[in-house]
Amino acid sequence: MGAFDAQAAKAIIAEHAHLDGAMLPVLHALQHAFGYIDDACVPLIADALNLSRAEVHGTIAFYHDFRAAPAGRRIIKICRAEACQANGCEELLAELKSRRGLTADSASGDRLSIETVYCLGNCALGPAALVDGELVGRLTSDELARLCDGASVEQAQIAAGRKMTGETA
Amino acid sequence: MSRIRVYIPKDAAALSVGADAVAAAIKNEAQKRAIPVEIIRTGSRGMLWLEPLVEVATARGRIAYGPITPDDVHSLFDADFLHGGAHERTHGHVEEMDWMKRQARVTFARVGVIAPTSLDDYRQHGGLKGLERAIARDGAAIVEDVRKSGLRGRGGAGFPVGIKWKTVLDAQADQKYIVCNADEGDSGTFADRMLMEGDPFLLIEGMIIAGLAVGATKGFIYIRSEYPHAFRTMCEAIAQAEISGVLGRSVLGDARGFALEARLGAGAYICGEETSLLESLEGKRGIVRAKPPLPALHGLFGKPTIVNNVLSFAAVPSIMADGPQAYADYGVDRSRGTLPFQIAGNIARGGLVELPFGATLRTLIEKFGAGTRSGRPIRAVQVGGPLGAYIPESQLDTPLDYEAFAAIGAMLGHGGVVVFDETVDMAKQARFAFDFCAKESCGKCTPCRIGAVRGVETIDRIVAGIDRDKNFVVLDDLNKLMLDASLCAMGGLTPMPVMSALRHFREDFNRAPQAQAAE
Ligand SMILES: Cc1cc2nc3c(=O)[nH]c(=O)nc-3n(C[C@H](O)[C@H](O)[C@H](O)COP(=O)(O)O)c2cc1C
Ligand code: SF4
Ligand code: FES
Repeated sequence: MGAFDAQAAKAIIAEHAHLDGAMLPVLHALQHAFGYIDDACVPLIADALNLSRAEVHGTIAFYHDFRAAPAGRRIIKICRAEACQANGCEELLAELKSRRGLTADSASGDRLSIETVYCLGNCALGPAALVDGELVGRLTSDELARLCDGASVEQAQIAAGRKMTGETA
Repeated sequence: MSRIRVYIPKDAAALSVGADAVAAAIKNEAQKRAIPVEIIRTGSRGMLWLEPLVEVATARGRIAYGPITPDDVHSLFDADFLHGGAHERTHGHVEEMDWMKRQARVTFARVGVIAPTSLDDYRQHGGLKGLERAIARDGAAIVEDVRKSGLRGRGGAGFPVGIKWKTVLDAQADQKYIVCNADEGDSGTFADRMLMEGDPFLLIEGMIIAGLAVGATKGFIYIRSEYPHAFRTMCEAIAQAEISGVLGRSVLGDARGFALEARLGAGAYICGEETSLLESLEGKRGIVRAKPPLPALHGLFGKPTIVNNVLSFAAVPSIMADGPQAYADYGVDRSRGTLPFQIAGNIARGGLVELPFGATLRTLIEKFGAGTRSGRPIRAVQVGGPLGAYIPESQLDTPLDYEAFAAIGAMLGHGGVVVFDETVDMAKQARFAFDFCAKESCGKCTPCRIGAVRGVETIDRIVAGIDRDKNFVVLDDLNKLMLDASLCAMGGLTPMPVMSALRHFREDFNRAPQAQAAE
């Protein structure tokens, strides 16, 4: 991921502009490249896709995925939907707040972003989180705290696996 | 010496509990012991409580071991698992496991069995037979077979697939589209994800058949961004299918072609609603369209469009290959065929269980799911996602079919079953239903946009003990308004979980208010 660069942004937009309904592919590609969608992209997209700036802005704002500012280096998307509630996701977040003073969806530093999502399709092995794009199941308060400190996702997955053997033993 | 085949899932759920590390450990240990093994990454069988589940091909068939951690690998080799040796985590022959034998695996027959993006593997396990049959027939005959199978949409609403296809077939247009709804936003559901990760060619095959049936040459799969693994697998499978002449200018050498693209959603639950999804695919905000016109006539870019769920398309190849009657023989009354149920939440043996319609919810939760994970008694079960009703223990004997669920004020939806134990606070769950609606509403109509916010406030007052009688009346009126006056089922069905919580778990709303909640 690089710092925002209008020239590079233009090239990315041009690369996807030919697609039918190019807007979402363009926005995903920009966010993938820079980690967020810089305001300076709005007129560039409007130009390339022949839309008004207001339309582009409205579309970006509609979707939860698109960020207006850079996220932290570690991104934890924690599931707070019903099946994970049944497995204690809210208790995990409450502990995170009392142990570390961290809350979901609050302004993030450059180190860490914790975002709420509703369902990651891992509803039988919750609580679940998507950490830097990798899925973690059977999350515990300790593992979540370690992940917030930047610990390896693979280790969290292995720890979750150990928990599984305990449950079926 | 020929290499022994070891199967390890790369399904995202299996990865979430360390399947990659287990695969690496097995590879390492085999190298250390100089034993030639071939590790094949598959989808998941759906026994999620046993993940990571490792299988070995032996003369007796595939023998399963799970859950396995990297620490267990040494002992697995010592137990000679490569020849099906006994180990404390063995489950014997997979196909002989009770849990597997009691199912009817039609749509999920290959998931967990084959290497997902190997077209050869797909063909060897019966893939593309349905497409070959479909190519030899005209569109009307394909549509008629789908109608005869009794297949209803698996995304939630249960609309007959054959009727939708007939509408698109009869529409006159220079361009028609096939759109797959892979937005799978309902909590407690993961069948679409598992199918896309475990047998992506089945979805591709089903969509091509739909294209041939109605004369559409272009398709899109709209996959939610919360499913990065499924998206990657689908893209890889599409590329394979293009190289092999399954997709492209010519479908398997036929004069007709079909092109397919996978697209990512962007984190909006409402984009699972079909018209919102179409807006999103067109590159706009996901604001729901008024119906009519139906998407079948005025769909993507204003053209006639089939929008179906992943599981709806995935049921079609076997209907073509084995005939509609074979599919319709499963199930009861107007619920024909099988539904891949997903057992989730507080459950000991969570996973995917494909059954003909008609078994009871209790069978699913107790026989397959083995009760709660916490070991405490079950109190409530939410079926059909966030817009589905909460069902009390006293109604667990309801048969799993569309009409039986409608009769108790509930719905099967996409087949997600979320179990809660006795610690659940149902006033909290009802509040969440409104809160979720408020957050995810597209904002087009007032009953949903404003009603959901009012709903949260009203429940907060009730829980705090403020004017309870009056606020229960406000809540009832609000539910009626949202039911009657919402443009789509987001606002229109949010009252389902709320009213069911009020009906079956009233005591949770009437507790003595907590000091701090009463502020
Ligand atoms: C709020 C809302 C969310 C929905 N989410 C999904 C979804 O994630 N996946 C899906 O297939 N259908 C979803 N639907 C249903 C679709 O609108 C539509 O009925 C379905 O895609 C049609 O395909 P089917 O007939 O094969 O089920 C949703 C409906 C509503 C109102
Ligand atoms: S009910 Fe809600 S989600 Fe549906 S159209 Fe109205 S505001 Fe949009
Ligand atoms: S509800 Fe948390 S992963 Fe589905």
